[in-house]
Amino acid sequence: MSAPNPFENSAPVKLDELYQEVILDHNRKPRHFGKLDDATAYAHGVNPLCGDDFEVYLVLDAGGTVRKVAFQGQGCAISKASASLMTDAVEGRTVKEVSDLKDHFIHLLIDATASPEHREGVGKLKFFEGVKNFPVRVKCATLAWRALEEALKGGKTGPVSTEDDAERKRELS
Amino acid sequence: MKAVPAFDIAKVRADFPILSARMNGRPLVYLDNAATAQKPLAVIERMDRFLRTEYANVHRGIYTFSQEATRECERVRGLVARFLNAADPSEIIFVRGATEAINLVAASYGRKALKTGDEIVVTEIEHHSNIVPWQRLCEEKGLVLKVAPVNDRGELDLEAFGRLLSARTYLVAVTQVSNALGSVLPVEEITKLAHHAGAAVLVDGAQGAPHLPTDVRALDCDFYCFSGHKVYGPTGVGVLYGKRRLLDAMDPYQSGGDMIESVSFERTTYAKPPAKFEAGTPAFVEIIGLGAAIEYLQGIGFDAIREREDELLKIATERLSKIKGLRIIGTAAEKASLVSFVLDGVHPHDVGTVLNEEGIAVRAGHHCAQPTMKRFGVPATTRASFAFYNAPEEIEVLAHGIEKVFGIFR
Repeated sequence: MSAPNPFENSAPVKLDELYQEVILDHNRKPRHFGKLDDATAYAHGVNPLCGDDFEVYLVLDAGGTVRKVAFQGQGCAISKASASLMTDAVEGRTVKEVSDLKDHFIHLLIDATASPEHREGVGKLKFFEGVKNFPVRVKCATLAWRALEEALKGGKTGPVSTEDDAERKRELS
Repeated sequence: MKAVPAFDIAKVRADFPILSARMNGRPLVYLDNAATAQKPLAVIERMDRFLRTEYANVHRGIYTFSQEATRECERVRGLVARFLNAADPSEIIFVRGATEAINLVAASYGRKALKTGDEIVVTEIEHHSNIVPWQRLCEEKGLVLKVAPVNDRGELDLEAFGRLLSARTYLVAVTQVSNALGSVLPVEEITKLAHHAGAAVLVDGAQGAPHLPTDVRALDCDFYCFSGHKVYGPTGVGVLYGKRRLLDAMDPYQSGGDMIESVSFERTTYAKPPAKFEAGTPAFVEIIGLGAAIEYLQGIGFDAIREREDELLKIATERLSKIKGLRIIGTAAEKASLVSFVLDGVHPHDVGTVLNEEGIAVRAGHHCAQPTMKRFGVPATTRASFAFYNAPEEIEVLAHGIEKVFGIFR
């Protein structure tokens, strides 16, 4: 006469939707990995719950276009691949374009009702949509973007934390 | 030599209803016992019965139910006193958990007894809960926090610890067992050295009490604490043991009802220990649950628990060591039954996610011991921690899960 187990019949989550080849590849060989000595914008992002830690460097030209971008730090496959794909995606874009991309990406991950516009708007970053099925891992995917957001705002003195996400979610709902 | 009673694993597992549960379609393999232990029926049913048929507030009642609830709570206090071999039940203070116990000592003992320039010694492998309260006290009072190192196996360097002690050392706060590495610390020697230097000693038994028989008078420590939920009892209750003469001299912790002797607007006098430190209605349902947990553990016996858990540790260490690309962090000669490890090229969070899909519950992260992680040069580890109810077959499931992780990430 055991009570029903609420998790027993939950749909098995597919690991291969999370760990897609593109993500594994960027985890193994992160692009733009390192530091930029001539950075004009910088921010440091941490996830205080798990200790993931990334620094993001940007060189912006006078017209507000990202000329160079780099990141360094440590974290899980999802956070590292997300940072790597982010650097690929933002290089050569204007601050406005980067900001729109970031919004689309974060909506895709944390908003259950993400529209096709969000999905289409993120290009290769759509590979992270599987993260939505692993709620505890969403912050891994958004960490580098939070740091980027802070860098574009001019940076703050302390590191930006993924714990700001909870606030953000409330704003969305 | 005391004979160790035979250990009937099937019978013991049947005592824990959750062990027959499934997670993500697989039989639950619960290897996160250092975070919290599962509950035996003895605890669940005792609390259920108390809530259904015996519930009334403690201490104040003139009626039978309240008197009986009070008697039951105080019986558990006596049980805990015997569990720790304390000299008197008044040395047992019920708190929310080990964290609150340490904060209580920092606030009520540290704030009063320590003066500017005094030194507190901790070890490099403490849980944040045995670091941060002391850091805050140091900031507040202008004290100095000193950190005793461990060697590459995760064993305390007792000589280096001894060298940190001086006439300025007033308090030593050490863990009995490292939650991140499993190292068992030589708390008896630590206490001797600290007392020789004239320092009081707090032992954080959060990871020790579930695994080792603890005798606070043999240890001679001044304070000892543990959490109820880690000794198979409920959450929200824990224990602080303190020597009576220290408790008598300490200031109250929180203030309010139950901790007073008499109150007037001119002058309030405080109750004697333990009531002095137990303001407000205590978590008495949980205290009663904790009593059932301790009686359950005593029924199994620490000799049997120790033998069983040592065996699981040996099997796990041998099996996991065979996996290429896996490195065990923390290889102390004396260890509690947990294995912390890292995998080449795979972050512990990814390990945890893949193992979850196999029905395996482990912890991945810094285990609230970031200085320990830094000492061993890793950002985080995956930790499998065992209880006497775990089976060798579960270690095999874990090993297969780890091989699956490598399958994905190679």
